[in-house]
Amino acid sequence: MFLVVEQLLNGLQFGLLLFLLAAGLTLVFGIMDFVNLAHGSLYMMGAYFAATFAAWTGSFVLGALLALVATLLLGIALEFVALKHLYGRDHLDQVLATFGLILFFNDAVRLIWGPAGLALPLPAWLTVPVQIIPGVFYPAYRLLIIGVALAVAAGLYVVVMRTRIGMLIRAGASNREMIGALGINIKLLFTLVFGLGAALAGLAGLMQAPILTVQIGMGENILILAFVIIVIGGIGSIRGAFMAAIFVGMIDTLGRAFLPDLLRKVLSGAAASTAAPALSSMLIYLLMAIILVVRPEGLFPAAKR
Amino acid sequence: MMPNLNVSNAVVAVLCAALIMLPVYSAASGNIFILTLFTRIVIFALAAASLNLIMGYGGMMSFGHAAYLGIGGYAVGILAAEGIGSGFIQWPVALIVSALFALVIGALSLRTRGVYFIMITLAFAQMAYYVATSLSRYGADDGLTIYKRSDFAGLINLSNRTQFYYLCLACLFGGIYLIWRIVNSRFGLVVQGVRSNEQRMQAIGFHANRYRLVCFVISGTICGLAGALLANNTDFVSPAGMYWTRSGELMVMVVLGGMGSLFGPVIGAIAFLLLEELLSQFTEYWALIMGPLLLLIVLFARGGIMGLLGRFNRA
Amino acid sequence: MTKAYWLAGAMSMVSALALAQPATAADTIKIGFVSTFSGPTAVIGNDMRNSFELALDHLGRKMGGKPVEVIYEDDGQKPDVGKQKTEKLVQSDKVDFIVGYIWSNVLLASLKTAVDSKTFLISANAGPSQLAGELCSPYVFSTSWQNDQTPQAVGTYMNQKGVKSVFLIGPNYAAGKDMLAGVKSTFKGQVVGEEYTVWPSQLDFSAELTKAKNSKAESIFVFYPGAAGVQFLNQYAQAGIKAQIPLYTAFTIDELSLPLQKDNALGVPGAQQWVNDLPNDENKKFVADYRQKYTGLRPTFYGAQSYDAANLINSAVVAVKGDTSKKDEMKAEMEKVNFKSVRGPFKYGNNHIPIQNFYLQDVVKDGEGQLALKTVATIVKDDQDRFHDKCPMK
Repeated sequence: MFLVVEQLLNGLQFGLLLFLLAAGLTLVFGIMDFVNLAHGSLYMMGAYFAATFAAWTGSFVLGALLALVATLLLGIALEFVALKHLYGRDHLDQVLATFGLILFFNDAVRLIWGPAGLALPLPAWLTVPVQIIPGVFYPAYRLLIIGVALAVAAGLYVVVMRTRIGMLIRAGASNREMIGALGINIKLLFTLVFGLGAALAGLAGLMQAPILTVQIGMGENILILAFVIIVIGGIGSIRGAFMAAIFVGMIDTLGRAFLPDLLRKVLSGAAASTAAPALSSMLIYLLMAIILVVRPEGLFPAAKR
Repeated sequence: MMPNLNVSNAVVAVLCAALIMLPVYSAASGNIFILTLFTRIVIFALAAASLNLIMGYGGMMSFGHAAYLGIGGYAVGILAAEGIGSGFIQWPVALIVSALFALVIGALSLRTRGVYFIMITLAFAQMAYYVATSLSRYGADDGLTIYKRSDFAGLINLSNRTQFYYLCLACLFGGIYLIWRIVNSRFGLVVQGVRSNEQRMQAIGFHANRYRLVCFVISGTICGLAGALLANNTDFVSPAGMYWTRSGELMVMVVLGGMGSLFGPVIGAIAFLLLEELLSQFTEYWALIMGPLLLLIVLFARGGIMGLLGRFNRA
Repeated sequence: MTKAYWLAGAMSMVSALALAQPATAADTIKIGFVSTFSGPTAVIGNDMRNSFELALDHLGRKMGGKPVEVIYEDDGQKPDVGKQKTEKLVQSDKVDFIVGYIWSNVLLASLKTAVDSKTFLISANAGPSQLAGELCSPYVFSTSWQNDQTPQAVGTYMNQKGVKSVFLIGPNYAAGKDMLAGVKSTFKGQVVGEEYTVWPSQLDFSAELTKAKNSKAESIFVFYPGAAGVQFLNQYAQAGIKAQIPLYTAFTIDELSLPLQKDNALGVPGAQQWVNDLPNDENKKFVADYRQKYTGLRPTFYGAQSYDAANLINSAVVAVKGDTSKKDEMKAEMEKVNFKSVRGPFKYGNNHIPIQNFYLQDVVKDGEGQLALKTVATIVKDDQDRFHDKCPMK
């Protein structure tokens, strides 16, 4: 029983982390109609900035805040120099150009920080396990991730549903041409949204950094998952991204946790051990394929075109 | 279609002549590696050409073409591991399995459009990748070494570098000829018509998705052939060769060379693989150059290398 | 303007390729070195290269009186790329020796190319079971170990400590499976659970750690090389399991991962055939000179194995006075292990895999207040891999 509770928490934590990454991606995709593969690189940069600033200031929290600002600025700069010229272009062009950026960022990081990767140590109060219900201990830091991600989700909800900027964002996601026609300064809105997306990616990266290491290419594996999430959730929909992220996080974790034992009941030990990790990774893609076949525009499509 | 004498056609003609003469140069100079390298390039050119058929002419952005490379390769590898070495069995199996896979995923994927199509083809390719990693009898993650290349009853010896190169080149030219015939047939015109205006073609009375599906299957089958060639070339198949980054590389080759032009993918494959080989000889930080180069090509050289050559035509 | 650039670029590419064909000069010893120099595991490749270069410095950059030329190639941790690079080294550069190979799967893909061309291949790390068994070759030597040997030593050590049960976690690839099989072959207690994770993409081990914690096993054994080892130890410590269930490792803590694992690694034991403080003279020189030449870095076992590989090659070239066409004589010489290894003396088995000691290593704070690996005891002496019977060579 405790095992199930802990695994559910693991799944929730992973799902919420994926949400941080997917939220920025879905905003940029939904509003600018821009496929940004370099989103994973921004996630990586967030982690590298946090590790560097934390080492300078000696404080995890201060380092994280500085890193957030730095990723925001980097995102805005990136948009201004290169990416804004790609709005309105073919998706394929965007994929290629941002694929190029991934290559560039990976090697630039290797040149600046070296290939070894960095560590982002946690303050002592975050390294202890916390008793959440009698008999179940859970790492404090993972609880912090859950808290921060939920706060971000709530904040995004308020911004998107209750503010003027949010209204423009929603309008942009469902009908891009129209808000331009209304005389809104689209360029500024786009830059703002891109910066916000970059900061969210950076936040995901720096939150993940103490659990994993800060290393080159850390964004690539998780980027594909983020894409799966926004496609399942419906492009441009924050709500869809939230639901899909938790869904994917749960499936991934619970699949890894319980599938091997289930398989061992039907297959020989060795075959089950090899097949189980592959099968649990496959589950997510299977889910996406099924959802797209049944609902080709995702679960919560933002745009009614 | 009467070929005009212009720069792009001249470049293509020179290129074809160079590809045909390459083994002669290799033998004369003693540079065996250039033949090995170009065998690989020619195989990837075939795969890129197959992707170009659906991407450039059909408007279907498949982000899962590496799956067919893997399926064609595994068909050869698994049969070889089970002691069936005859190419007359291995190759047809590779083509048929690729075609069936394309038929199934095509039928499902074509329900979606645009970026959803990109993602669903990716999803199916990733599933194929994970199936390959779980084949513990056939090496799982580590891949499968092929100890004997396909045997064609003495007709052709695949272990002979020159013969194998010419076989690959023949497959490439054959594939391109086939694509040329398709594109200029009534069927091909319908597919291209669907790309530019689906509603209109539907209204005229064409069942658009059926045409797209046939096109999708042909493309997958050609790519499966490239997979069978690639497995024989590397004597090895592994799941790593079907990961999504490989599909991305194929897309880069197509766009780099020029999407929707017959020889574009060939030029793209040559440029991409040569660039990778040469830049990695110059510097470990080759991606630092390759990355921005891709960005610049997208920003300033639409239509890829063929598009650039096309500008000469008018000059 | 751009057109001219494009044409010029294309022309120079083609001509560069033609010129890249080096003359085969018989008066140099050519060595190809295949390892990972890009991506997150490039640190390992760099350490191997540093150590190999240091060995060449110590040899005066000559072997058997001839200058040595080393061509480094990056396999990107991908089997197909490793195979291509091996082909290039054999066919284009026509090297006399190929050294390196961190990854078992890259080595297995590349093996046929090297063996078919009768080029000597020295594995400075990877040791898949096939290499020790049915795929052994007169042209292949190892300066490392067979994958199972190190975890076998860990299993033996756990028996010595009286551990009754274990939970095994490892990555789902060749070496990962070999490692867990190795522990199981010597560990006499109960194996409570066995988990494989997707390699190399899975980096979050929360599900596996939760299972291990709830399995009531007395101990956990893991194998996670490179950055994954850092991630595993971080998560193991954060989950608070470190205080409850002791961890045993193989190839998870080394001088590259230690600066990132920090205090999380303190007191976590592992087994190794080489530790930086082994008290022989060659090793003292190797470690001291390495730390002097590459400031701020410490050599790893990967480096030690590469250093040995250079000296093994040197012994063969010296024996034939630089005439590398005498392959049989070079093979016979290498089988004698006629050089002083930094791990101390070892012998070759019939399959060209070392028969050697394995030591218990622990993480401690050294005199400079830094974390360092320390030899605690000898777990097994003169250990031979368990696949040598399957090797047809006698």
